[in-house]
Amino acid sequence: MQSTAAVSVSASATASRGGARSEAARRPGGIRVCGLRGEALTCPSLRISQAPARLAAARAAAAANGAVAGSGGGFDYDLVIIGAGVGGHGAALHAVEEGLKTAIIEGDVVGGTCVNRGCVPSKALLAVSGRMRELHDEHHMKSMGLQVSSPGYDRQGVADHANNLASKIRSNLTNSMKALGVDILTGVGTIVGKQKVRYGKAGFPDKEITARNIIIATGSVPFVPKGIEIDGKTVFTSDHALKLESVPDWIAIVGSGYIGLEFSDVYTALGSEVTFVEALDQLMPGFDPEIAKLAQRVLINPRKIDYHTGVFASKITPAKDGKPVLIELIDAKTKEHKETLEVDAALIATGRAPFTKGLGLENINVVTQRGFVPVDERMRVMDADGNVVPNLYCIGDANGKLMLAHAASAQGISVVEQISGKDHILNHLSIPAACFTHPEISMVGLTEPQAREKADKEGFEVNVVKTSFKANTKALAENEGDGIAKLIYRPDTGEILGVHILGLHAADLIHEASNAIALGTRVQDIKFAVHAHPTLSEVLDELFKAAKLQPREGRDSKPR
Amino acid sequence: MTASSEFPKPSSPRFLRPPHCFPPPYTQPAKAPSPRLRPRALLSSPPMATAPAPLSLSASTLPARLRAGAVPAGARWRQARRGRMVVRAKIREIFMPALSSTMTEGKIVSWSAGEGDRVSKGDAVVVVESDKADMDVETFHDGIVAAVLVQAGESAPVGAPIALLAESEEEVPLALAKAQELSNGQPQQAPPAPTEDAAAAPPPPPPAPATPPAPVAAGTKGVASPHAKKLAKQHRVDLAKVTGTGPYGRITPADIEAAARIQPKSKPAAAPPPVAAPSVGAVPQAAVLPPVPGATVVPFTTMQAAVSKNMVESLAVPAFRVGYPIVTDKLDELYEKVKPKGVTMTVLLAKAAAMALAQHPVVNASCRDGKSFTYNSNINIAVAVAIDGGLITPVLQDADKLDIYLLSQNWKDLVKKARAKQLQPNEYSSGTFTLSNLGMFGVDRFDAILPPGQGAIMAVGASKPTVVADKDGFFSVKNKMLVNVTADHRIVYGADLAAFLQTFAKIVEDPESLTL
Repeated sequence: MQSTAAVSVSASATASRGGARSEAARRPGGIRVCGLRGEALTCPSLRISQAPARLAAARAAAAANGAVAGSGGGFDYDLVIIGAGVGGHGAALHAVEEGLKTAIIEGDVVGGTCVNRGCVPSKALLAVSGRMRELHDEHHMKSMGLQVSSPGYDRQGVADHANNLASKIRSNLTNSMKALGVDILTGVGTIVGKQKVRYGKAGFPDKEITARNIIIATGSVPFVPKGIEIDGKTVFTSDHALKLESVPDWIAIVGSGYIGLEFSDVYTALGSEVTFVEALDQLMPGFDPEIAKLAQRVLINPRKIDYHTGVFASKITPAKDGKPVLIELIDAKTKEHKETLEVDAALIATGRAPFTKGLGLENINVVTQRGFVPVDERMRVMDADGNVVPNLYCIGDANGKLMLAHAASAQGISVVEQISGKDHILNHLSIPAACFTHPEISMVGLTEPQAREKADKEGFEVNVVKTSFKANTKALAENEGDGIAKLIYRPDTGEILGVHILGLHAADLIHEASNAIALGTRVQDIKFAVHAHPTLSEVLDELFKAAKLQPREGRDSKPR
Repeated sequence: MTASSEFPKPSSPRFLRPPHCFPPPYTQPAKAPSPRLRPRALLSSPPMATAPAPLSLSASTLPARLRAGAVPAGARWRQARRGRMVVRAKIREIFMPALSSTMTEGKIVSWSAGEGDRVSKGDAVVVVESDKADMDVETFHDGIVAAVLVQAGESAPVGAPIALLAESEEEVPLALAKAQELSNGQPQQAPPAPTEDAAAAPPPPPPAPATPPAPVAAGTKGVASPHAKKLAKQHRVDLAKVTGTGPYGRITPADIEAAARIQPKSKPAAAPPPVAAPSVGAVPQAAVLPPVPGATVVPFTTMQAAVSKNMVESLAVPAFRVGYPIVTDKLDELYEKVKPKGVTMTVLLAKAAAMALAQHPVVNASCRDGKSFTYNSNINIAVAVAIDGGLITPVLQDADKLDIYLLSQNWKDLVKKARAKQLQPNEYSSGTFTLSNLGMFGVDRFDAILPPGQGAIMAVGASKPTVVADKDGFFSVKNKMLVNVTADHRIVYGADLAAFLQTFAKIVEDPESLTL
């Protein structure tokens, strides 16, 4: 937050600049990054006063939109966000930074899925599983000269660790919003009309507020296909699994995406045996095929895991009356019964469904698609006729564009930029994704098949280079040489199309690539960036250096 | 089939390297494959590996005869060598290829083809991780992957067989029998195969656990957990023949381990250990006690593990003990005299023991098989020495023949080497009798455990002034020590030991002979 001194010092400058900025903002295609850069270049001495300048700019932009500047003007708030998950939180923080009067409505707990029933507690479990796995790998230990005898774990202790972490992060989120002056309104939010929201107990929304802009950020819940009976004890979703109330001897995991894969890592490390049930013909659909193949070698085959692919779990019955959990498998194509599995527990990890019921979307003529709120590339909600609903946005899992916590947050920030008068379009291809198995998997941009398809359509060439963790000093020092990094790029322009990593700390390594994509850095530029030695980041350094470009006249030819 | 125990060495001309890796220094066989981008699985036939005649691939395959067994296989074998026989069946081995010039062993990353899969020439069957990279490896031949000998995740030296390829369905059981044989290390029923005839002896009947692949998902009965299935495949256990003891009658990994008669927790890093024939002296592993809370667990060093093993093994020997008091005044006098010349009490006692043993060879003997005496030609006295973190027994060789000065010199060298952990095996393992002296600590008597391979061990206590009465009833004070000998009662009887001790006592009590 800026100090009051800074405001007063720069007040005279901002008033005039604000007007200029609003002009720039209204120019089509004048996106924020360019505007900022221009300002910094022309007026370097004023950089310190950027924040107040932008504040004023926002007001000016808002005024230009036809509303009265400031939080008055008949509206209770500049921005009301429905849902205090990671997306809503990111949007709220940025809105405050932009000087918007902001409220956030939460009907459950602050932090949403990610903090309470997703990324955060699962990372606590995975941290435990990583250590258990290491301690149990006698070969690994011995080769490093370590001697450990019979490591064990206390289930409740592990569960408490996950729960404590969630509470801690939840209170951090709550405090950060309170400290910034975001109003946290408790209740279920419903849109009752244009720029009007009611909230209160579910079904009885008794308080009504008005807002210049509304962001829907209600997130998602685990998706349970029909035929599956959840009892929360032996058949359950990630919501229950994260509480780690039991560690079954044998658990079937329905779905082999991120969630299923991470849980298989946790359960096998804690001693369970795992059976994957995957509807598609290949495990880990959605990953780059080469990465999926290697992941199968590293994360599935050597572990106590087997799998059934190309099958649906058509019926799952929880354990009762002295019978185990029964899973009926049918062929995904012919729908014929194939087999019945008898296991101790089943985790349903078949993806997530948007949580958009009760939002009152019918009041503003918006029809959801499979529950998702339709939006355009600027996250503006579209009504049934395909028109943009003014002042209404939807971010995160609820719009289904990219169901990741940090994507929701990025979308929220993008929306706040827009309502502050700066056009902004989020490049979803620059959003990294990670799967926190041991070793981790991460990716950004296109997979190789996607890149090749795009290349065919648009008529350019695609090159792929790979480096191995086996060649990395730090990885070898850690005795963790399993893994590869893969770069997909255009040899004509040097544009990075996608990067996929499987290996130690892959999730932390991906950002060099995702930042490069976001900023449009090309291989020929980034390859000169220096990396500390010896670090895992040299895996990417090697990757960029391995990428060869097509020699083109006038570009790569050196003066003779 | 039995000849399959002989694998071509990587350097053997029979072993085909992938053409692109480096030029073979030998003449390519007639049907050498055309160079390909991917290395191919190396197939060869072991029985013919040493055959001197020029070979074609068909001649270098295993005769199908082996499954019929009516005609003496050796005859057919010779036929084959004359090149007249019609080859009807072939079992080929897939070898670990050399993927680089520096590769000595490879790790199987994954099998692209599983047991029971039909593969055609040129198909990638296995992914091998060398010291440099992962590579797909192709097969040269059509056939059915009958048995995978080295599972994914395991390693094998270059040139070792990693799978068996059968040409047709009929050969699959044959190949499985062979696989069983290979995994047992050496053919067990058939004699070792130094000659051609023996080499072609009929194979043992296929053992029971050999099973056609893929009974895994046969039905809902006989439910097996994922790990149990993996173990079953690895150890070739037929799930249908295993009774599940887990929840709901499920087959657990422990059930498979019991069926395969393997020690639980055997790590897949090593090849499945051959089923060891129970040896006579086998001692069951001590049960592992539950951990003590708060205690520090320090694993044994190699030396400590060896001590532990030897001590546990001694329990298989029926040992008994005989004690004897010995007056040492004269020995002590002698010791004072020779001490300046570097002679230690240990050496004097060792020399005395050696001289006594020379007269009682049975105490210097050992019982190696439970059926006979092994009389040692030398008298080598092992002396127990405590060194930092362990115990070792340097050996004074020919202690009866060498004089005490020479023995002392040897002893000094041995102790120096022992402290530096530089003893050669023959310097600590060639003892025929052991001496253990705790007298310097003031211990008055103790009892030693017989080391394996020796007939007796002597435990020497401290020599202390003691009031003794002589045969005339006169009391006097003499230095007296107690020695206690533990011996293997299979060969050394009470009277033998008593006689030995009597001789020993005489030598010690009149030690002049020690200096001769």
